[in-house]
Amino acid sequence: MNIEAKPRSPELSVEDPFAAAFAEEDVRGRSLWVDAWHRLLKNRAAVVSGVIMAIMLLMVVVGPMVLPWEGDFTDWDNTSSPPSLETKHWFGTDAVGRDILVRTLEGGRISLLVGLVATLVSLVIGVTYGAIAGYYGGMTDRVMMRVVDIVYALPFMFFVILLMVVFGRNIVLIFVAIGAVNWLDMARIVRGQTLSLKNTEFIEAARACGVDHHSIIRRHIVPNLLGVVMVYVTLTIPQVILVESFLSFLGLGVQEPMSSWGALVNDGAQDMESAPWTLVFPAAFLTVTLYCFNYIGDGMRDALDPKDHL
Amino acid sequence: MALLEVKNLEVSFETPDGVVQAVNGMSFTLDQGETLAIVGESGAGKSQMVLAFMGLLAENGSVRGEALFHGNDLLKMKPRGLNGIRGKQIAMIFQDPMTSLNPFLTIEKQMAEVVMHHQGLRREEAKAHAVEMLRAVRIPDPEERIKQYPHEYSGGMRQRVMIAIGLLCEPELLIADEPSTALDVTVQAQITELVSELRKQTRMSLMLITHDLAAVAEVADRIIVMYAGEAVETGGVDDIFYRPQHPYTRGLLASVPRLDRASDDELQAIPGNPPNLQELPEGCRFRDRCTEAMEQCRKRPPLWVSDDGRSSRCFLPMEGGRTLQNATEPEHDE
Amino acid sequence: MRQEGLLRHAAVRLLGLIPTLLVLITIAFFLIRMAPGGPFDGEKVLPPEIRANLDANYHLDEPLLQQYFRYLGQIITGDFGPSFQYKDWTVNELIAQGFPVSATVGGLAMLLAFVLGTLIGTVAALRQNTAVDYSVMGVAMLGISIPNFVVAPLLILGLAVYAGWLPAGGWDWSWQRMILPVITLALPAIAYIARLTRGSMIEVLHSNYIRTARAKGLPESLVIRRHAFKPAILPVISYMGPATAALITGSVVVERIYSIPGLGSYFVQGALNRDYTLVMGVVVFYGVVIVVLNFIVDLLYAWLNPRIRYSEAP
Repeated sequence: MNIEAKPRSPELSVEDPFAAAFAEEDVRGRSLWVDAWHRLLKNRAAVVSGVIMAIMLLMVVVGPMVLPWEGDFTDWDNTSSPPSLETKHWFGTDAVGRDILVRTLEGGRISLLVGLVATLVSLVIGVTYGAIAGYYGGMTDRVMMRVVDIVYALPFMFFVILLMVVFGRNIVLIFVAIGAVNWLDMARIVRGQTLSLKNTEFIEAARACGVDHHSIIRRHIVPNLLGVVMVYVTLTIPQVILVESFLSFLGLGVQEPMSSWGALVNDGAQDMESAPWTLVFPAAFLTVTLYCFNYIGDGMRDALDPKDHL
Repeated sequence: MALLEVKNLEVSFETPDGVVQAVNGMSFTLDQGETLAIVGESGAGKSQMVLAFMGLLAENGSVRGEALFHGNDLLKMKPRGLNGIRGKQIAMIFQDPMTSLNPFLTIEKQMAEVVMHHQGLRREEAKAHAVEMLRAVRIPDPEERIKQYPHEYSGGMRQRVMIAIGLLCEPELLIADEPSTALDVTVQAQITELVSELRKQTRMSLMLITHDLAAVAEVADRIIVMYAGEAVETGGVDDIFYRPQHPYTRGLLASVPRLDRASDDELQAIPGNPPNLQELPEGCRFRDRCTEAMEQCRKRPPLWVSDDGRSSRCFLPMEGGRTLQNATEPEHDE
Repeated sequence: MRQEGLLRHAAVRLLGLIPTLLVLITIAFFLIRMAPGGPFDGEKVLPPEIRANLDANYHLDEPLLQQYFRYLGQIITGDFGPSFQYKDWTVNELIAQGFPVSATVGGLAMLLAFVLGTLIGTVAALRQNTAVDYSVMGVAMLGISIPNFVVAPLLILGLAVYAGWLPAGGWDWSWQRMILPVITLALPAIAYIARLTRGSMIEVLHSNYIRTARAKGLPESLVIRRHAFKPAILPVISYMGPATAALITGSVVVERIYSIPGLGSYFVQGALNRDYTLVMGVVVFYGVVIVVLNFIVDLLYAWLNPRIRYSEAP
């Protein structure tokens, strides 16, 4: 992908009145993206979070393959046993002797998968909807955004719960249900960006050259939205993971034998007085993941839009 | 004793791309009742110099030197001491009247708080005083308009309000930082006129900061010309206009339309741009744009001073002046 | 003049609420009716005549569209009908029972979040880029990231089970039993409000009118209180609408963990038991609560911000 050709000038952080005058010539060669990347690398919290997430991903994918236990294996010799090296249950076991470490990693697969897929669903719906509304403008825009406003005011969590109750608890439905209610913010942001982009000169130029609507949206507007969408995706993933774990915690999410961090936290909360490790480990994995995603998203936002990053 | 004496003031900013030296060794005095104009292109450091001794620099700015007000160094004062002077003895009017008033408070609140805080007036007295002051800056129907919010005022009217706020405590020094730049041309003249008229009525000193040399011709007693963070020439208003010494001052004058010049004289803009304040050139800062640049301009030019308070920093000799040997550090012995 | 504008603005916004509520009711109604199984598919099979009787009694034998309009007409009069599950109760009675509990916990949490959040955010903004700022904002990020169903068990474990200072759950309107649920519910909102306040406070403190206020010689504390606070909390005010929705959602979990007989508990029970009328009632009721609170927040925002003009069409 050729990101060098973005016709956007980098925004300068202007704390003092002089920088703007002189920085122009220094920065001209660098593109917005290279610039943003350098700023992101300077953000220690974001970099550390990125490294932790990479390790987490590796553990979740590889871990269950190399660990000595199967997720659904019940070790009747060691039920509710605390973390120990001797029993090879490093995070301990639950009431029926299942290994918490393996279950946590397997639950992580589901949680992260839901996070990614449901975000993708909301991304596709939101970007399409927002770009169309913003690009066509006028009546189309007004009607489409009025719909968003109305849906926005609904207690969306209750609808997800209703959907789960009505259509039963399967994982595909979780993707769709969460994605389908999460696209509103994305649509709003994309629409706003499209509106402001559409009147810029290079779009005018493309239109003057007779490029048709679909090509303009696909080739010019969508690539330019990439920055803001990337930031938003990073911030949506933890939200979605949170919603899934929320549902699973209520018993409305993924069902046995499948598990997710939310379901594990729910299990753990039942036995927390006798076996607190069953609560603490999945809870820690879940929290660390959400924490890291939030920091990465924050860092990306600051890097791409240094204005509020004084 | 001078009302304000600034000695060797330095202002720099810490930015992600390095240190920016905004003001470099500025020294000057301002007497009671005097009008001093500080002239220079935008970015010359005029505003930052004033903000520095008013304690209003951005967090990434730092200041060195002295700024003696009635002999007390403003730069060494505690916040409490400085607050006793700001708004009471030294008032300030800013460049952009559209954003300089708080949009969430009525004009009444923003005016009354000044006298209530500094003079201990009660709300009713403060309001009456504020109404009088609005009348003085010729805001029609002040009793009604004082109840309004800033967004209900035009730009020129807001600047009048800013002036009224500045004058509430009858300050000894009014600093006007480009008070008319952001306004329409017709309103500009009114504001400048109003400021100088109000100054004449009181015994107040005025420091006028502007990029427009022509605008201060009738108002100022003395002029300091600033370039790239330092004073290149200082002198009385007639000296500057009729006997300019520094090539930069001459360049500025050549770019100003004047009635006393033949109409077929061409107006000349100074070519080029001011230097990057992060990488200031060795020697004369105006060198690259100067029509009279010489080989020796690569070295630091000397400061010429005369007994009548003129000065110029250039290798070209100043008429009636002598050079100070240590040109980088102007002398401060009394 | 301003008052009139504000009133007209309010009226227009109020009319705008109607389609929102209509969509809400419609979606909820048809969604729940699509569910396989009905309220009387209980443990034992009922004799057909009794079943028919029951269905007729609850109008379940009518065409769906007719039921829909019947329900609409009913709701307009404020009647949510009888509960299917709790045989002797109407939905109105259940709401009347559960809502005060939920509203108390939610209201206290919101109050706590607003006070603590703006305070923490302001402190961080005034100490921008210092150790205080970084650590406060790091904790705030944790507050946003850590789900309340993780916080709640940990709080119970620490403060109730091990320390024994507070009861682990239950409800009797005593402050001891309110502390943990309120804190759990408020935590993410505190964190979010603190971050919002910090950001906008920093922006406001860099504005020209704050420079003017300082140039007037006002003490810094007065500059913050009188000149900076109001503009800085405006984003917080507009966040209060979404915050309410988040709080209500969160209350479902919190009420379950702490065994609080609030509306959220009824909702989960109703959803699991396909208690159509109860679920519908709660969704519509909460929809109205959220919509009305958003409306109040909107008015509050307009009232606080003198620059808002009302001349434009909505």
